[in-house]
Amino acid sequence: MADVTIKITDRDGVMHEVQAPTDMSMNIMEVVRAYELAPEGTIGVCGGMAMCASCQCYVLNDVELPEMGPDEDAMLAEAFYVKPNSRLGCQIPITEDLEGLEIELAPE
Amino acid sequence: MSSKKMISTDILIIGAGPTGLFAVFEAGLLKLKCHIIDALPQPGGQLAELYPKKPIFDIPGFPSVLAGDLVTNLMEQIKQFQPGFTLNEKAETIEKQEDGTFIVTTNKGTKHHAKAVAIAGGLGSFEPRKPIIEDLEFYEDKGVEYFVKDPELFRDKSIVIAGGGDSALDWSIFLADVAKEVTLVHRRNEFRGALDSVEKVQELKKQGKINLITPAEVTGIRGAEHIEELDIDHDGGHRTIKTDYFIPLFGLSPKLGAIANWGLEIEKNAIKVNNALDYQTNIEGIYAIGDVNTYPGKLKLILCGFHEATLMCQSVYNKLNPGKKFVLKYTTVSGVDGFDGTRKEAEKQVVKAIE
Repeated sequence: MADVTIKITDRDGVMHEVQAPTDMSMNIMEVVRAYELAPEGTIGVCGGMAMCASCQCYVLNDVELPEMGPDEDAMLAEAFYVKPNSRLGCQIPITEDLEGLEIELAPE
Repeated sequence: MSSKKMISTDILIIGAGPTGLFAVFEAGLLKLKCHIIDALPQPGGQLAELYPKKPIFDIPGFPSVLAGDLVTNLMEQIKQFQPGFTLNEKAETIEKQEDGTFIVTTNKGTKHHAKAVAIAGGLGSFEPRKPIIEDLEFYEDKGVEYFVKDPELFRDKSIVIAGGGDSALDWSIFLADVAKEVTLVHRRNEFRGALDSVEKVQELKKQGKINLITPAEVTGIRGAEHIEELDIDHDGGHRTIKTDYFIPLFGLSPKLGAIANWGLEIEKNAIKVNNALDYQTNIEGIYAIGDVNTYPGKLKLILCGFHEATLMCQSVYNKLNPGKKFVLKYTTVSGVDGFDGTRKEAEKQVVKAIE
């Protein structure tokens, strides 16, 4: 399986184009951590259980994403800086469908 | 600043998560006493605060254990070593004494004197996540409260709670019997929490004991010297309500906090330790164990924290007993002698001829 290319804008507004593997059961939050695009301790605090919203990101283009589950939906209802295009990175697994995805990390 | 008596202990542990709790057990086997400081009101760290009802699958010997149950078990496992607890307080300053011991003072002025300090702080102390409302900080201690520390504060007062999770639901239920008036504000009509909490709020709403405003958001605070009223956007409209207190409950986020200023070597929000030896930091006598530390190959796993805690205790023992030969004892062979006089031991085998 091939890697997909994802464009991630960090919290300082810097855009990074990264290769994300599709065969390591990773999610967006873990990719951000793997590339150290946000300081440790400021992202993925709950470990990926949709329980902290520290991996909130804004989806910038129309790449089709898996539908939001009830946990993610409820967590976003309590998070701050939420926009209509907000998602939790930990709830989006890296698959080939994500090729070309552009996201921006929400403020801490 | 405080007239409280100084707490004395062998190892002062900062953080009551699984790593800090297990350190008490390993220290106890070596006859070392422990005292634990934690910013939260209950022991357990993230496990108790963030995900008590979620299962953990990689604790050796437990195919599956709920995080809350693991904390309960650890508390049971260490109780004979009588750990002391300073809860609801944050370690703020550390002073190394001439004799190599330490005095750690909390944000509330409680002083702890220890022969060694083990920082088991996880991702840091949990601080409330504050909603984005203008002048919110001005009203802190003037009607804005992020925790319910003393429910009596709210007796016969009007309060507004904001949030949609367990703590918002549970405190609304609890305070419905204390406060004069409880209003619960949430951005959605749906709440996420234990089913019985949701049902209880539903019932209290029907009885008129909880005033539910959804979908709504508190957008402003007004009052001269103390909160007097809140602006609320409610389902597209705008309204104000009078209140004595506003309690936003939007969860907690961890911050390394004051520990970051202790002169410890920090890398990527974690404390660098010597993993070849004993998980000691760059300051002799201060150790860092569990998720709070970093070293080449570090894995933030509970089981790794247990290992680190064990080696830390060993190092403290060697330091306090220089030159003393140490012989590793197995609990199965030696049993466990508690500081409370209890003894746990394997049942004696019977030596008897079979006729």
